[in-house]
Amino acid sequence: MFIRTVSKVLVLILAVALVAGCGGGSQPKSDVIKMGANLEMTGGNATFGQSAANGAKLAIKEVNAKGGVLGKQLSLTIADNKSEAAEAANAMQKLITQDKVVAVIAPIASSSVIAGAQVNQDNKVLAISPTASNPKVTVDPATGKVRDFLFRAAFIDPFQGAVMANFAGTTLKAKTAALYIDNSSDYAKGLAQFFKETFIKNGGKIVSEEAYLQKDTDFKATLTKIKAQNPDVIFAPGYYQEVGMIVKQARELGLTVPFMGGDGWDSAKLPEIAGAQALNNTFFSNHYSPDDSSPAVKAFVEAYKKEYNQTPDAFAALSYDATMMTIEAMKRANSAEPVKIKDELAKTKDYAAVSGKISLNATHDPVKSAVIIEMKDGKQTFREKVNP
Amino acid sequence: MREVTKRDLLTLAACLVLYAVMQTLIEFNVIGAFWQLNIVLICINIILAVSLNLINGFTGQFSIGHAGFMAVGAYMGAVLTVKMQMPFLVAIAAGAVSAGFLGFVIGLPTLRLNGDYLAIATLGLGEIIRITILNIPYVGGASGFMGIPRLTNFTWVFFLTVFSIFFIKNLINSTHGRACISIRENEIAAEAMGVDTTKYKVLAFTIGASFAGVAGALFSHYFYIAHPASFTFMRSFDILTMVVLGGLGSISGSITAAILLTFVSAALASYPEWRMVIYSLMLIVLMLYRPQGLFGNKELSLKMFGSLKRGGGKSGTAQGN
Amino acid sequence: MDFSTQLIQQLINGLSLGSIYALIALGYTMVYGIIRLINFAHGDIYMLGAYVGYFATTVFKMSFLPALILAMVVAAVIGVAIERTAYKPLRHAPKIAVLITAIGVSLFLEYGGMILVSPQPRTFPEMFTTQIYNIGGVIVNSQQIVILVISLVLMVLLTYIVHRTKTGKAMRAVSFDTDAARLMGIDVDRIISITFAIGSGLAAAAGVLVGVYYNSIDPLMGIMPGLKAFVAAVLGGIGVIPGAMLGGVILGVIEALVSGFISSTFRDAAAFAILIIILLFRPSGLLGKNVREKV
Repeated sequence: MFIRTVSKVLVLILAVALVAGCGGGSQPKSDVIKMGANLEMTGGNATFGQSAANGAKLAIKEVNAKGGVLGKQLSLTIADNKSEAAEAANAMQKLITQDKVVAVIAPIASSSVIAGAQVNQDNKVLAISPTASNPKVTVDPATGKVRDFLFRAAFIDPFQGAVMANFAGTTLKAKTAALYIDNSSDYAKGLAQFFKETFIKNGGKIVSEEAYLQKDTDFKATLTKIKAQNPDVIFAPGYYQEVGMIVKQARELGLTVPFMGGDGWDSAKLPEIAGAQALNNTFFSNHYSPDDSSPAVKAFVEAYKKEYNQTPDAFAALSYDATMMTIEAMKRANSAEPVKIKDELAKTKDYAAVSGKISLNATHDPVKSAVIIEMKDGKQTFREKVNP
Repeated sequence: MREVTKRDLLTLAACLVLYAVMQTLIEFNVIGAFWQLNIVLICINIILAVSLNLINGFTGQFSIGHAGFMAVGAYMGAVLTVKMQMPFLVAIAAGAVSAGFLGFVIGLPTLRLNGDYLAIATLGLGEIIRITILNIPYVGGASGFMGIPRLTNFTWVFFLTVFSIFFIKNLINSTHGRACISIRENEIAAEAMGVDTTKYKVLAFTIGASFAGVAGALFSHYFYIAHPASFTFMRSFDILTMVVLGGLGSISGSITAAILLTFVSAALASYPEWRMVIYSLMLIVLMLYRPQGLFGNKELSLKMFGSLKRGGGKSGTAQGN
Repeated sequence: MDFSTQLIQQLINGLSLGSIYALIALGYTMVYGIIRLINFAHGDIYMLGAYVGYFATTVFKMSFLPALILAMVVAAVIGVAIERTAYKPLRHAPKIAVLITAIGVSLFLEYGGMILVSPQPRTFPEMFTTQIYNIGGVIVNSQQIVILVISLVLMVLLTYIVHRTKTGKAMRAVSFDTDAARLMGIDVDRIISITFAIGSGLAAAAGVLVGVYYNSIDPLMGIMPGLKAFVAAVLGGIGVIPGAMLGGVILGVIEALVSGFISSTFRDAAAFAILIIILLFRPSGLLGKNVREKV
């Protein structure tokens, strides 16, 4: 008897969840402009997705506090893509057809953005990814043409990789380099590939190419292998969680050569994980420098800290920028119609974002300068600015 | 014998009617894009759940690496359409064959293990498959296999689902199926009665894996991309949850649970962090209070609604639970 | 760095990794020995221990040893609670049911943890300064030594409990033949709870050590080490305590060698491959005894 009751209750719960989900097909409220965010809220990339969600939410909150856009308030509907390409397509579909959003903050991972790309094109609603760096996101490899409705807020791999390679060769005077790549991230692989091309073109030699996977914690074995090759410099273009541990363990193994990376390093957690001392003699490319006393950066960092009690990382900053850029486009288009927003967004020029001055080029990629940051005693310090 | 044929034909006719209705609704856009996507997903999940049920439910072998076979089917199918320009049917067949072959190769040695060990071994194998794919640049490696054309549509998915259900149902109700069930009930007794347990375990494993491959091929041809992150052990657990919820040993159970859980997953998309918590609690509560799941090992059949006059018959497996 | 130095360095790397696997493997092997259950949730107890240690050191500002002990105690309590609620009612149910429940508990701990403490990784504060010793080109740091020492101490303690105390004798009796033990007046339920408590405590210790050594913890950190520790337990002989220690160390060393001389992207695959090889060729493990199944 009890079993029957429990099974009935179970079915009831499931049914309610179902109805809640179905009923969620929303009635459009005319005084709210709905934006969507298709982000990695659970799964392997959850930390990045959640940061990005925070950045987007902050942007919306600020704009709403100043009166909203076109006289209406903005709302943000977040759909979780579980860090998975198929779910990303599903989430994109839901946001556009069920929730009827006018623009979507696209996933962090390039593969997830691409999975949902057809949905954006078919429904004519734009997606802007804060961080996806694979060139295939904005250019369809099958046709070679720009995807009308896809944009990004971060610079693409070829530029960043080249920046670091030039820095290594010219400033650090490195003749040999080792690559330690995050094999589970196409971002890292892309960066490494372009670094390698430029480095070799400049006359350098790659003496070692090693890989790790995200969520790995023990790098000593491979670092020992790299150490045996005696590189002048090590390029580790991954994300800060693993990089922090890599640098820490490298120093413990007596590897004192400079380490370099890309914007995936940017996080207040990096010196926490690695230890301030270990990070001396490391450099990475970023969109902006926290030394940058520009009011935009300061204001953003303050506001983020106040709202979330944490210092923002690159994902939050880029997501904030992506959201703001879209809102600006809305303002310029003077309309919340998806196609019009898309048209205006494509014309973004010299937009003063937190992560730098952004202009979108013909392939919807941002043209902005990169900044090379040196870590000194656990603090990010400005080293060099590189213009595109 | 004539009894069987009549019922099967009726069911087939019912399926065709269902298909016609759904397809019309889709053509006229009554069912929107979002629901179309979910219906495709439901059908793929049904194929996965039913094929896993063959291994776990009917043969009693605890396999939790099903996602690995799905991955093989997905990638192989994609390689055939994208790199070799083969037609879709050939790609699906290739996916099924390659997954089945892998199932055979893996099954032969590991099915000597039992219970817990088999579970961990299959889990490990699923992971090994995924890690291997992650390291093959030819299929995109960590970036995933992009640019897969969307060849899957409701028609393909519906008929393949019906085919899978019929195939497995008929397998279960044949001598081979009965052999598998006897293995589940008491392996040593079955062996003593002359049933070649290894042969049937491997058979169930291979067929289960082949259908997972079919589901995988359908999957990758719907989402334009095949990525190793879609085939982790979380996916294996998802499928396992469907099988367990529906009832180990009940095909109608697997179908129902697949439909139910796909909906629940879609419904909970707004509360992402809670989805897994709810799933896990559900698993625990189910196991504590109703381990046989929704249907136990009975099947849904018309005679459940009528009187309980007729015993035996084609639609059910073991009666009396 | 010549080959032999590199080899020794990799061995040292593997040793610290291995001691951690050994600590977790001990819990697996003890629980399996006593109730024939693979506690899927064990890896998540390890994660819990790490988090308790984290909160103990950051919020309550405890120093290393008190934090370690607190983590072990809390984990022990939680381990027993899980056993009482989820596993005990299913003691006579088919194996599949218990296994699925264990999976459910594991997922619950992981995702419940994610909701509670957010998926952002946390960093441990600097617990003690690291000394680096350079012995003829091979680098050893003091944290590795601490891990090794603490693991050894705990293992010795465990061996003492199991072989020299009455409770330990009861544990061995229950794992040998549960019904006979019950007939001899042993409170089997209590012994099972104690086993879970000890196993969980050890896993928690491993968690805290990992937190201090690697400096980063997150709610999903228990999945891979949990699975690998299981492999280690099987490698050494499941149900055999020294086997878990041996298996853990061997697995750690093999992993380091695979990472160092082949590629670290295959290190997880290597662990599972070892599992499959052992199960096929020597299922009782290196130190286990082959027990024939009675009909």
